Amino acid sequence: MPLYRRHLPCRFFTGLVVFFHFFLFLLLAGQAISQTAETPVSSAIDSLKLTDHTPLPPGSISAEDVPDDAGGAIDIIWEVSPDDVPNGKVRSYHIFRSVSLNGMPSEFTKIGEINAGSTTFRDGRAAEDVDNFYKVAAVNFENSNGTLLWEAMSSPALVGPVHATSQWFNTRRVNAFVGVVLLSAIIIFLINQAKSGKNLYIRKIAGLEAVDEAVGRATEMGKKILFIPGIQDMNDVQTIAGIAILGHVAELAAEYEAKLEVPVSKSLVMVTARETMKEAYARAGRSDAFHESQVVFITEDQFGYAAAVEGQIVREKPATIFYQGAFFAESLLLAEVGNAEGAIQIAGTGEPSQLPFFVAACDYTLIGEELFAASAYMSHEPRQLGSLKGQDVGKAVFLVAIVVGIVCATFGWIDLSHFFRVN
Amino acid sequence: MRREIPLIITTIAGLVFAISYFIPHMPFGEAETIFGDWVTIVQAFAIWLGVLNLLRVTGEKIHRKRPGWTYAAIVIVTMVGTIAIGIYEGFAGMNATPPSSYRDAGTTFDWIFQYLYDPLSSTMFAMLAFYISSAAYRAFRARNLEATMLLIAAFFMMGGRVPLLDQLISPFTDTLVFSKLSSWIMNFPVAGGQRAIAIGIALGIMSSSLRVILGIERSHIGGGE
Amino acid sequence: MMGHYIALSLLAVLGLGMIFIFYLTVKGRTIERRFVFLYIVFTVSLPLFVKMKPPIQVSPEVQQVVETITSLSPGAKVLISCDFDPPSAPELQPMLVAFTKYALKHDLKLIFMGLWPLGPSQANRGLRLALADTIIAAKNLTYGVDYVNLGFQSGNEFVIQAMGGSFKSMFPQDDRRIPYDSIPLLNGVVNYRQIDLVMNFSAGKPGTIEWIQNAVDRYQVKLSAGNTAVQAPQVYPYLRAGQVRGLMGGMSGAAEFELALNEKGKASSFILSQMFSHLAVMLFVIVGNVAWLMTRKKK
Repeated sequence: MPLYRRHLPCRFFTGLVVFFHFFLFLLLAGQAISQTAETPVSSAIDSLKLTDHTPLPPGSISAEDVPDDAGGAIDIIWEVSPDDVPNGKVRSYHIFRSVSLNGMPSEFTKIGEINAGSTTFRDGRAAEDVDNFYKVAAVNFENSNGTLLWEAMSSPALVGPVHATSQWFNTRRVNAFVGVVLLSAIIIFLINQAKSGKNLYIRKIAGLEAVDEAVGRATEMGKKILFIPGIQDMNDVQTIAGIAILGHVAELAAEYEAKLEVPVSKSLVMVTARETMKEAYARAGRSDAFHESQVVFITEDQFGYAAAVEGQIVREKPATIFYQGAFFAESLLLAEVGNAEGAIQIAGTGEPSQLPFFVAACDYTLIGEELFAASAYMSHEPRQLGSLKGQDVGKAVFLVAIVVGIVCATFGWIDLSHFFRVN
Repeated sequence: MRREIPLIITTIAGLVFAISYFIPHMPFGEAETIFGDWVTIVQAFAIWLGVLNLLRVTGEKIHRKRPGWTYAAIVIVTMVGTIAIGIYEGFAGMNATPPSSYRDAGTTFDWIFQYLYDPLSSTMFAMLAFYISSAAYRAFRARNLEATMLLIAAFFMMGGRVPLLDQLISPFTDTLVFSKLSSWIMNFPVAGGQRAIAIGIALGIMSSSLRVILGIERSHIGGGE
Repeated sequence: MMGHYIALSLLAVLGLGMIFIFYLTVKGRTIERRFVFLYIVFTVSLPLFVKMKPPIQVSPEVQQVVETITSLSPGAKVLISCDFDPPSAPELQPMLVAFTKYALKHDLKLIFMGLWPLGPSQANRGLRLALADTIIAAKNLTYGVDYVNLGFQSGNEFVIQAMGGSFKSMFPQDDRRIPYDSIPLLNGVVNYRQIDLVMNFSAGKPGTIEWIQNAVDRYQVKLSAGNTAVQAPQVYPYLRAGQVRGLMGGMSGAAEFELALNEKGKASSFILSQMFSHLAVMLFVIVGNVAWLMTRKKK
């Protein structure tokens, strides 16, 4: 056998080994280069660790379920890191969460960050019925023109497991609950008393006593009655109260055969007002006299509505104008124009800022609660009267509480206001 | 059933809102949010209901040539025109790069807002100044004790908004200047009175709401028994 | 300066005119309302030509707003609810402009919204004026990074409540139809907990009181407010209870705010007109009552 043939396998394998080592060397060198290129920050951090920019971790970390909520929220509380001082190493805190079903934390994901100086963070998306673990790390960083140059994070403090649970009662609102139950009980008790035939006294309200006279005046003069139910929608209780009054006024107008028009500012109010008037005319036995065009939607815009109604007042010169509902800046515009045209005006609103204008420009004004009492007052319906008395009893309760509270506060006894604070 | 169904819906909705204020647990906490979303949707649709009704009423006025029908025509033209411009510029802005709003400066919608709507509505509001002066001259009279107290308080309140008066009075007294008096009136009598009115109105609202929930008050569904 | 002296002279003539009105009223010849309107026209317009620095002093309520704002650090997020429309703009727009200018100069991040349909348009107008300021223009601020306008949402107080859970549920897109999640400024802003302050400029309902009842009481939001002069008294009980941090009332509140922030604007320019018109109304009340008392005595 020739020599080269005997040595061929050795040379081949030697060459293979050399080539393999050379290839390995290239691979490792390339990796080293790419690592250096890709992670300048981490190598910078490594070098920075030598210069100690890493802050100390926060202390005494705890986590607790947020009480009185629908679940899914956990508060994480900690003491600031000793390095969390003005111009210190702490710029922010990063919060991490891990969810587990077996009581052991797994991979953590960052759920938020908060400025230095903070000691609490609320995780509003905690999963219920699982173990939640949290880590809080103090973080130091530097950035320039929005680019992060470096970041140093403390070893994170761990807490857990903690569960997010929902509660069946919001204990911070116990006082409101007691108040609502008490007042509702009083109102319902008095409604039942009224239904049983007990006579309930209500003082005279001049504005409501004058409704009959006002409608009669319009009939005698052969002029219109204008009813303006405010500029808010049906979700406002003042509008509901106004529509209730409209029902009584419409019934009177139907009986006296007076023309009644209702320009409105909201489409839902238009629909409700039409229904109310139709019912009222039917009660008076004058269903044929009602026409849908008596209730007209003008515009939702406050001053567009005011301009349209003012124009109607100036052109048509109604004998009687009712303003019953929620009013704002347009109240004086309407009332002054009505006054200038010589109409008898009866106003009622729960907006305190508009009451002075109505008082100045109208003949009668229902102030605040008198508007809500109007429906009960005009109908003399026992259940409505009973609820009115309930309101008054509620006011008496508050009056006593205010007086007692003032006395206690003056002499430095118990702080009664604490019991009335609602969260 | 025409009356019963709305009453049942009113009672359920009212109770759900009242209960969800105290019970955060599912489904009550969620129910408040869901109902609140429905209110938002219904209110948005209600705007269209009003627009359609306005179109119907003004259209009928034009068709029957009732007095003032030309103004009704102006209402329709301006309403339809503004809606069309808003929709067109809204879509155009949505597809532009970068996206813009139909309200942004330079749009026709913004021009209508700035040069038509703004002056018109500001003018209407400005009329209040004239009506207040006329009411002040004609109607604000000290007819009785309460009216006299009201006028005195109003005098100091308005004086507090005129710093020139403070400059006239301050050489003589530092305590009784209008601005300090008006601040005192706002912080004590006014705040106290506003609290009382707010409590009374809140009780009135609670009582009315209870009547609505219990079905005693039926004006929101057209009244009747 | 000639206009200044002519205006002052005419105002003096108006003052003398009030004496004449008093004389006529005592004689039983009350002047027609059209003359009252004319009187007011001159009382409001003549001071615009008077070159006088109004002697404004910052009230404690406005100072509280200023202290709340100046305590915010750069980068703090402020939610601004513009709950007003053009009729109330003379009182509220100057407050909005002064605040926006201050905020943008001090690197606060602004999130505008509106519970009134035209509120976002008012916000845009305020922004335009603020961005035209030379100092702010030099900062080259970017929409979506430094400020954003979420637009209008119907629902009144329900919107405020729902935002306590999630802003995105009420504003899935901003006013330019950009998705909520695509806006850098709103990255990480889920609800009120990520907001440092809520500024509310309100002319009625829904407004400051709804924000107090639904946001402050329920979600412990920090709130400062500017209201129209008519609305402001209703907010005083909440101010005294500490539920709102400061209150600016009407154009005088706006002028005080501009003075405190050193951002002279329209309120400072027009406050003289307001002063003279207030004076005129006070004189009408006095004249009317004195004349009425004198005629009553005669009878």
